Formats: sequence, C-alpha cells, structure tokens
Amino acid sequence: MIHRFRWYEYGLIYLAHLLLLIFILAPFLEALLVSLRPLNAIFSIPYRFVTPDMGFDAYVTMWKNVPLLWRYILNSLFIATSVTVLALAAIIPAAWAFARFEFRGRDAFLGAFLAVNMVGGAVLIIPLFKLMVTLRILNTYMAMIVPGAAFTIPTGIWLLRSYLMRIPRELEEAAWVDGASRLYILRRVIVPIAMPGIVVAAIATFITAYAQQFLFALTFNSVNELSPLPVGIYQFFGRQRVIWNELMAASLVGILPVLVIYVVLQRYIVAGLTAGAVKE
Amino acid sequence: MRALGGHQACFPYLLLMPALVVTLAIVGWPLVETVRLSFTDAALKPTENYVGFANYAKIFNGSFPSVIARTFVWMTTSVGLKIAIGTAAATLLNASVPGRNVIRVLVMPPWIVPIAIGVFMWSWLYNGQFGMISGLGQRFGLLSGPFEFLAFKDAAFLATIVTDVWIGTPMVALYLLAAMQSIPADLHEAAWCDGAGRFYRFRRVTLPLIMPSIATMTLLSAIWTFNSFDIIWILTEGGPRDATTTMIIDTFKTAISRNRYGEGAARAVMIVIFLSLFSGVYFYLLARLARRAIRAGGER
Repeated sequence: MIHRFRWYEYGLIYLAHLLLLIFILAPFLEALLVSLRPLNAIFSIPYRFVTPDMGFDAYVTMWKNVPLLWRYILNSLFIATSVTVLALAAIIPAAWAFARFEFRGRDAFLGAFLAVNMVGGAVLIIPLFKLMVTLRILNTYMAMIVPGAAFTIPTGIWLLRSYLMRIPRELEEAAWVDGASRLYILRRVIVPIAMPGIVVAAIATFITAYAQQFLFALTFNSVNELSPLPVGIYQFFGRQRVIWNELMAASLVGILPVLVIYVVLQRYIVAGLTAGAVKE
Repeated sequence: MRALGGHQACFPYLLLMPALVVTLAIVGWPLVETVRLSFTDAALKPTENYVGFANYAKIFNGSFPSVIARTFVWMTTSVGLKIAIGTAAATLLNASVPGRNVIRVLVMPPWIVPIAIGVFMWSWLYNGQFGMISGLGQRFGLLSGPFEFLAFKDAAFLATIVTDVWIGTPMVALYLLAAMQSIPADLHEAAWCDGAGRFYRFRRVTLPLIMPSIATMTLLSAIWTFNSFDIIWILTEGGPRDATTTMIIDTFKTAISRNRYGEGAARAVMIVIFLSLFSGVYFYLLARLARRAIRAGGER
C-alpha cells in the first residue's frame, strides 16, 4: 500500500516528531519545572530536572503576590474578544464588497489594505500615542482594542474574501430579484451562508489579538486593573527580586483557559484555517 | 433592472466604510504624521522646526547602515529556518502514522499563547547559571561552564532568532500542511503506480504543488519577522552592545527611550520604504519565475 511504512521508517518518523516536540515544548516544560520548585531550589547548581522538594506552593502564593491575576486573565480574553467583534464588523461588509462588487479603485483599495500588513505597530507608536491622547482614550480598554483591530482587519478581509469568492452567487441574486434590499441580503443571506468563513476569520483574528497583547498595552495603558496578562506578568521583572517560580506559575495558569479552548476546538481551527487559507 | 454585483455608484464604498475609517485613523494618519515628523527636530520640547533631510543625513552617517545589514541577516536567517522547519514539520504531520492528530495539537501552542509569555519562558531557558540549555550543555560536556546566552553578541543574536523561529514555525507548518492536504490523492497514487519512491514523490509532486503556498508564506513571514518587536525587546532590549538591535528596535529606542521623535520617525519611514522595496522585488522575481515556468512547460 502507498501509505505503508517499513519499521525503520516508522522509527525515523517518530524520532523526527520527537525532536520537533522537544523544540516546541521545552519552554513549557522548563516553565513547569521552575514553577514547581521553591525559590531557593531554582537557584541551584548543577541543573537537575527533578528536585526532591518540588510542590505546588507557588500556585498558592502567587494569588497573594499577584492579587490581580484573575483580572489580567479576564482582561486578555475581553480585549481579544472585543478586537474580534470590532474587526468582524469591518471585515464582513468589506470582504463582501471586494468579493462581489465592481467599483472604481477596487484593486487599489485591496492593495492598500494588504499594504497595512507591512506597517508594524512599533513603527507608528509616536503618532498613535498622540492620537490616543487626542481621542481621550489613553488608559482605557479602547486604547488597546482599536489599534489591535486595525492591524487585524487586512488579514481578515483577505481570508473572508477568498471564502466568499468560492460560494455561488445564485442565492444572493435570487434574493435580489425577489426585491430584497442589499443590506437585507448581507444580513439574511451572506452572513448565514458565509458562517464557516466568518468563523475562520474570527478565530484567526482572536488568536492574533490574543497573542500580540504587549506593545500597545504597555504604551497606551498605565492602569494596572486594565492590563492584559502579558503586561501584568511583565511587571514581575521590574521588582527588586524576580520571583521566578511564581512568574512561571502565573504564566502557565494564565494561558491555561486559551489552551483548553484550543484543545476543545482544535479540530475546527485546523480544518477551518485549512479550508480558508489555501484554496485561493 | 441592474444586477446585484454590477457597477454601483456608492454602495460598495459604504460597505468599505467601517474598515476604511478604522484603518485611516490607526494606520493612515499616523503614517502621514510619521513622514511629517521625520522632517522635523521634534523631541521632548514644546516647539518643533522643519529641518529638511537633516534627520536622514544624520542616520546614514551614523550606525544605521550596519543596523540595516544586521536586520537583513536576522530576518533572512529566521525566515529561512521557519520555512525549512515548517516544511519539514508539515511533511511529518502529513505522514499517516498512529498518533498524528495528538502531535498536531501539541505542535501549535507557541502560536496560541501570548508572544510575550512564550518569551518569558525562553528568557529562563537561556539563563546561564540555572537554565535548562546551559545546564544540559554542561551535563553532556558541550559547555565547559555556565554560559549566559544573552550576554554575548553572537549567542544573543542566535538566541533571539531561535525564539522567533519557535513562535513563527507552527503557523508556517499549519499553512503548508493545509496546502499538502489539498493535493489530490490520485496524483500521489499515479506516481506510486509508476514506481516513484517516497522522496521522489515529495520532490516531484508535493514540492511543486505547494510552491505557491511556500512563496506566499515566505513573503508574509518576512514582513512579520521584520516587524518583530516583542521577542527582541523582552529578551535583550537590543543588546548586548547593540548586537540584536534591528531596525524596529533601533526606531523604538530612538523615539521612545531617547525621546528623539524626529530621528525616530525618519527611521520608521526608512523601514516602510525598505519593506515596500523588498516586497516589490520579491513579487517581480516571483512573476518572472512563474513566466519562465509557464514558457518551459509550453515548450515541452
């Protein structure tokens, strides 16, 4: 059979998988080991994977030393969700326009949106700061949500546009002939049929928005209660003595909700992005 | 009656309006303002004066050319590794062996978790006294003593690349895996019937068919890698002795850490020009290669 491997081929394939997984998971393993050690055992030589006095103490004490940890976790999820909702409100109509309508300057507009990908947030940080001051949203959730959304819109438009281009236009045209208005068609025809594509765009936006919460939050927000998880944990580094075991414990607990969501939904995430991203 | 998708006066523009407003406000206007600032001596003082191209002259007489060279080496090494490891990983994850689905799940976390948190973990791995890499290196006799990876120029340069590769590879692997799965199975089966071996099939069937995806991913990955800020900033802040100061870090240090907005803006403008040129050249080469491939195919 075409897919049958010989025993040594199985060996090589699993060996390669093992090397890949070591590279991918080593930081998580190291974080787990550090979080389980008492602080003085972390600073011990020579390096050992397992030390006798390991325990879950850091997972208890971190709630006292980082009283806002819950807030940081929820802030991260809240900001990423808001970015996704705001971005989708812009992505869905724009993707429909690019996929179905002919209008002057269409390719130029599409090119301009894609060119946004080339400009990183760090490059524009000075004028953005001024803008946040002018709009009076410095030190609010909005200061982290709006820039986050702006930088995810282009990729979302691209993903959803390719999806919309693949679905037949007969349904829309039937509704049009029956006298439905264009906005009615968008709401009652496009959004329901394009739901799988919208979900893919939403997942891609959410993951990006969740993963990249650092620079904007660090620069545009100085209110501790509003900080997302990475910035909340980054404050550990500013202290006199870095409490490494609690830092790692807080990091692992902080990312746990999203990892659980990912494992539960992974079938849809991989299948969805697979279908949406490639078949252009 | 007019067709639904035909020429419309203004409806498509209405559809674009939300996306346009957000993009113009957050990217468009700041970009214009950055260009304006780059011709001024704006800093932490109440007034600003237009100084012509003085900022650009200044940065090109300084260390900027070496920063450009360093950025280019950093980006190409990192993107090359991401594409190479990503292609290899996609091939592995596509092989039909038991346990494949579990491994697919386990490979993705670097892409899911916040970049900054992943980098916190790496910063401990690189710790010379107590970190895992230095510790295991000494155990197996690869290192003679504690080695602080982020304290030496070359080691820090490589360390930031490795972390960047760690964060970027899962996305590349997932994308290329998707491309491989969209290859019709009959192509592989036909080649197999003709007696083509596994390696030959990879080179002659898989690779040519996923080439467009590799090309797209290379460009996207290059742009993201070029703009990568969090990783270097958290690990080294551009040090030691500027060894990991890429263009983006250099811009941030000038503008935010030293409050020289004008000079920082000039650097930011150079980044945008540099990336546009890079993408332009890339597209041009790609189009030429595609034309040549079509011509070669037609002659046969």
